[in-house]
Formats: sequence, structure tokens, C-alpha cells
Amino acid sequence: MATQQTRSLARFMMAPSVVLLLVWMIVPLVFTLWFSFQQYNPLNPIRDGFVGFSNYALFYSNPAFLQSILNTLTIVVSVLLITVIGGILLALLIDQPMWGQGIVRILVISPFFVMPPVAALVWKNMIMHPQYGVFADIARFFGGQPIDWFGQHPLTAIIIIVAWQWLPFATLILLTSLQSLDGEQKEAAEMDGAGFVSRFIYLTLPHMSRAITVVILIQTIFLLSVYAEILVTTNGGPGYASTNLPFLVYQKALLEFKIGQASAGGVIAVILANIVAFFAMRAVGKNLDR
Amino acid sequence: MARAVTTRHKTIATAAAWIVALLIFFPILYTIITSFKSEQEAIQGFNLLPSGTMESYTEVEAQNGYFKFFLNSVLLSVGSTILALLIAVPAAWSMAFSPSKRTKDILMWMLSTKMMPAVAVLFPIYLIFRDTGLLDSRVGLMVMLMLINLPIVVWMLYTYFREIPGEILEAARMDGASLWNEIIYVLTPMAVPGIASTMLLNIILAWNEAFWTIRLTTTEAAPLTAFISSFSSPQGLFWAKLSAASTLAIAPILIMGWFSQKQLVRGLTFGAVK
Repeated sequence: MATQQTRSLARFMMAPSVVLLLVWMIVPLVFTLWFSFQQYNPLNPIRDGFVGFSNYALFYSNPAFLQSILNTLTIVVSVLLITVIGGILLALLIDQPMWGQGIVRILVISPFFVMPPVAALVWKNMIMHPQYGVFADIARFFGGQPIDWFGQHPLTAIIIIVAWQWLPFATLILLTSLQSLDGEQKEAAEMDGAGFVSRFIYLTLPHMSRAITVVILIQTIFLLSVYAEILVTTNGGPGYASTNLPFLVYQKALLEFKIGQASAGGVIAVILANIVAFFAMRAVGKNLDR
Repeated sequence: MARAVTTRHKTIATAAAWIVALLIFFPILYTIITSFKSEQEAIQGFNLLPSGTMESYTEVEAQNGYFKFFLNSVLLSVGSTILALLIAVPAAWSMAFSPSKRTKDILMWMLSTKMMPAVAVLFPIYLIFRDTGLLDSRVGLMVMLMLINLPIVVWMLYTYFREIPGEILEAARMDGASLWNEIIYVLTPMAVPGIASTMLLNIILAWNEAFWTIRLTTTEAAPLTAFISSFSSPQGLFWAKLSAASTLAIAPILIMGWFSQKQLVRGLTFGAVK
């Protein structure tokens, strides 16, 4: 039984976390909302003032805006497809009996621990460089023409890099879920004559569905805000070919000092994230009721 | 499990898994190999056998002052983690042991703060940091990293603490243990593993954070993420040097990560997958 005393003690112990997160969430967001209705340019403060929704209109009429939203969604969807399908296949493979399973696990999970700027620069210079990269070496070995990844296919290049970083995460979580599958159930299905494919469809996949949901939701949160990978490889270019919404907001705010427009973009990013968050919270919340 | 595994099946699975694993690991492996080449060697085509020179490592320190960035990374990741633990342990503790009707809502709300895109608050934070002189300061960035990871720390600790059975506390109380003895001899030993793995995962996350650490620093407080990003504009022959800097930047965290695989799953899925 919780007494009055322990209850107030509990509240006291929770207070620092709650207050800090409350301030951290509300103060900057209110600023952003306020700026999004202002003309504000630190370099040219003469015309500063309230401008209604015109920042949103400006941001919206900027051709880069639609492209950046499209790029953001392309990155999220492509990386999700690669990592979830690849992750399921890899998890199934690693779950097989084999020699050196521990080491295989360690090798596969490693890219997740590589900080984003390192991952991006290593891929840019060591692997995808049109002259000195390993891909170019391979192309030349087979008598082909090396591909200029960041000049010709900048978005694809970024998707490959980001997918490489997140495939380990998907694999690890799906593997964990796979290994919690009851061995006896699997055996029973086998005894009943279920082949590998039907075992996978009727037993394994439903068992993993929850883990797959979690992978999709968590990755979406992070993939919506891919930043460092773009900064160190293409810098958003050529043109706006590889600019996503976070990168566009960054450019507007810290390079062009169009704070109003950047804030309007930030508000749009919040709305986008909230749509995803709504579904994410429901999925995670279910787990608490267990 | 009684299922007989044929040697043939096992051999094929082993071969396939090792090939895929090595392909995935290859960019890291090749970076480590290249870091032991000279700049000339590094651009002479595909080659897995380096001459074993250490010159890139000494260059990175001599030319770029690598160690200062490394030290900042250590300070920031460990500092922000300890700060987060100090604030989160009491909160998670009280939520796990005297939950109220609103505990669940508070936890969910904390998680939702994690979903706010950083870029949406970039300028306000930048402004606040600039006007309070926190820009490019270790303290400012430490607080920032602490705030970003606080929800995950509370959540992870909560899922660990919740597994400590309340009956044990009651039993200790029945045996006449004082509150102090209860905390020292009963609770702490059971909580330490959870706190340790939370700490490990949080250090990894803070070490690799690459938005605020790049945008809020210039030189003084810049950690390795910012240092590595400075290689984004090519500077003559720099392949071997980039490799050496990258190897040094990822090695400590890679090793820590290998030890925390299990906790990683739990921490990053907020206990939804164990």
C-alpha cells in the first residue's frame, strides 16, 4: 500500500526528469512556432515583424520544398524496405545452426556502432569514390565504367549508406525475436509436415510481426531526420537532388538566415513526425498493458 | 531441441552467413586496413595488405590535434550519461516501485519528446546557446546530450527496475531491515546490472550523436563527430589519414557495442522486444 508519504516522495523523485523534459519540449517549440509567423533576419533586421502565414506560403512555393519532402519520404521508404526485408532474411540465416555464430553476429551488428559522419565519409571516399573507391576498382576489373555515385545518383548513394547503418539494427532485433520462438512449436509444425515456406508464413512471420512493427516505427523516427550523412557527402546537391526536409531547414536557418521560413519548415517537420509518433506510441503503449 | 542437423546443412549455412557478414563488415575492415597504408598506397587500387606504416596515425595527431577531439568525445558522452543517470534513477525508481495511475502516461509522454525532430528547434536552441554563451562549450553540449537521451535512460531503467520483485523488499522489511539497509543490501545489488547496461548504451548513443555535436560546436568543445565531418571537403591525399581518424573514432565504441548487443535491443525498442 502506498502511503501519503511515499506518494509525495515518489512525486519528488520524478520531478527533475519531468520538469527538465517539459522545459526542453515546450520552450524551443514555442520559439519555433513564434518565429514561423515572423519575418526575422539577423543580417537584415529592418523588415522584421509579424507576417502571418506568408512564411509557410514562401516555404511551400519554394520548389526545393516539395522536392525535399519527396526526398525525405524516398529515403524513409527505401531504407525501410531494404532493412526490413534484408533483416528478415539475415535473421533467418544467422538463426541456422552454424560454426562461429557469435562472430557472425558481431560482424553484422558492427555498422550500427559507426558514427554517421564516419560511415558516410568511408563510403564516399573508400567505397564509392569514382576514381579510388572499391566499386570503381571492381568496375574497372570487369572492364566497366566506374559510376559517379554522388554526382549521378546522389539520393541512391545516401540510401545505400543509411541502409548499411540500419540493416544491423533490424537484423539484431528480428533475430532476438526469432530466437524467442518456441522450439517445440516449430518442431510440431515440422512433424505435421509443414515445409520451410509454410512454416515461415504461418508461424515465424506472425511471431515476428511485433518486432517488425517496432523496427519500422523506430527506424522511421530516425530516418525522418537523416542529417550528417547528407552534410558530409553531397551537401544536399547537386541542386536539391539529395536535400531532405531537415537539411533544407538547416540551410534556410544557418546558411541563408531566413529564420521565418526555416521555422515554418520546422513546424512542418514536427507535424510529419507527429503523424508517425501517433502510431509509434500506440504500438509501444500496448506493451505496457501486458 | 532434438532436431538432427546434418553437417551439410550446417556447412552451407556457415559459408553463406560468413560471406554475408564479411560483406557487411567490409567497409569497416577496409578502413582499418587502409589506416595502416601510406597515402600513396591508399590510392593505388584495391589491396588488402598494407605496408603496416603508422604514419597516418601520427599525422592525424600532429596536423589535426586528434587527441583533443577524442577527449571531448569521452567527456561529453560519459558526462552526459552520468548526468542523465543522476536525474533518471530516482524517477525510474519511483515509477517502478510506487506506480500511480498516471505513471504510464508520464512514461509515454517522455518517449514522445524523443520524437520531436531536432531540426525543428535548431534555431531557438542555437539562439539560446549563443545568448547564454553556451555555444561551443562542453557544459552546454553535455546538458543537450543529457536531454536528448533522458527519455531512453528513464525507460530503460524503468524496465529493469520493474523486474525486481517487490516481495523481496517486503521480506527484507519483515526481517527488520531499515530503509537504509534495504537500499544498500537488497536493492542496489539487484539494480546495478540494469544501471550498468543503461550506462553503456547511453554512452554509445551520445558518442555517435551527430546533429547537435556538429551544429553547436566550433573548436573548443568539438567532439569526434565534428572532427570527422571536417574531412568532408577533400584535402589532397587524405585517404589513409581519414581511415586512421575513422578507426580511432569508432574503435572504442565498436568494442563497447559488441558487449552490449542484448541491452541494445532492449534499450532501443523501449522494452518491447527482449
